[in-house]
Amino acid sequence: MNCTKCKTKAVIGLPRHNAAFCKGCFNGFVHDQVARAIKSEKMFGKEDRILVAVSGGKDSLALWDILLKLGYRTDALYVNLGIGAYSEQSHAKVTKFADAVAASHGATLHLHTVEQEAGAGIKELAQLIHRPTCSTCGTIKRYQFNRVAIEQDYDVMATGHNLDDEAARLLGNVLHWQEEYLDKQGPSLPASVEGFAKKVKPLYRLSERELAAYAVLNRIDYIVEECPMAKGSKMLQYKEVLNRLETESPGTKQTFYWGFLEKQSKKQPTATTMTEKDRAVLHPCTSCSQPTTAEVCSYCKMMLRAKTVVPR
Amino acid sequence: MQVQLSHPARTVEVKGPKKVKELLRELNLVVEAHLVIKGDDLVTEDEMLYDGDQIEIRPVISGGD
Repeated sequence: MNCTKCKTKAVIGLPRHNAAFCKGCFNGFVHDQVARAIKSEKMFGKEDRILVAVSGGKDSLALWDILLKLGYRTDALYVNLGIGAYSEQSHAKVTKFADAVAASHGATLHLHTVEQEAGAGIKELAQLIHRPTCSTCGTIKRYQFNRVAIEQDYDVMATGHNLDDEAARLLGNVLHWQEEYLDKQGPSLPASVEGFAKKVKPLYRLSERELAAYAVLNRIDYIVEECPMAKGSKMLQYKEVLNRLETESPGTKQTFYWGFLEKQSKKQPTATTMTEKDRAVLHPCTSCSQPTTAEVCSYCKMMLRAKTVVPR
Repeated sequence: MQVQLSHPARTVEVKGPKKVKELLRELNLVVEAHLVIKGDDLVTEDEMLYDGDQIEIRPVISGGD
């Protein structure tokens, strides 16, 4: 198989684009897809300060790498969840990338350790508040990510969600007719109320396989092991189904998710709708001031419970 | 050829020569969910693999949130 652009030996075939690329042309393709996402969704400009949430996985490290190479001012936040050896390994991967690659661009790595604040790791916290581990993890990561973005004056926060993540989430929402979540499925969410930072997903045009290939080709050392807490999760099941469809019918995932975005954009100006809805129901948490629908936000409730139960 | 797999981590011996897409089919693995790495190099589905090659089949799926 030869590269569609330069005709040298290809390293990856992309059936959904009816193309194959060598390393150089594939890097160009990936950078171009991210640049298109940033421009078309008006995510940020060269003058903005960006905070990327990094986990040690391929997507977030690839995103940090790509944004730095595209010339954006990009720092990162790593949240150490306290999942034993898995967190130790992922932390080491992030630190290695920050030292070996990001530092030469003048970028900074911020760190938050769950155990230091809560006195327990994510698994123990989830048991304590009787919630699934992935949901507890999501609450903590969203909260800390937003906190650092607001406190350190970042203009926008970026996550490594890719086409597979978004297509799987959409499938889950549609299967359960969770229409109320569809407004927040776009790749660029405005800072709808005071205390919320703008959130963007610059990788939504790239598949998980393409991002793994980018990491391998560019020698980005990421954690290959799956998070032990995610085994058997619904998201993984949806991804598996979508990948079977994609293999039989290339382009299925992008048709599904990009088609949804197109329909949403024609329906109503999403940003305005979401902003109006958020302003109607959100107000500052009485404990921490981050926006919440309740008197005390779910993160503060969780920490309060942890501090009263977990021996320090 | 020695084929290294993940989730769970294990190594299996597969007889060559064989194309990448045939290897994936034989192991009942979906192309879209995997990368195939020969030595240190990423290879496409039509690449021919031979006895003696060191192969890693790396899953690309992640995320539980």
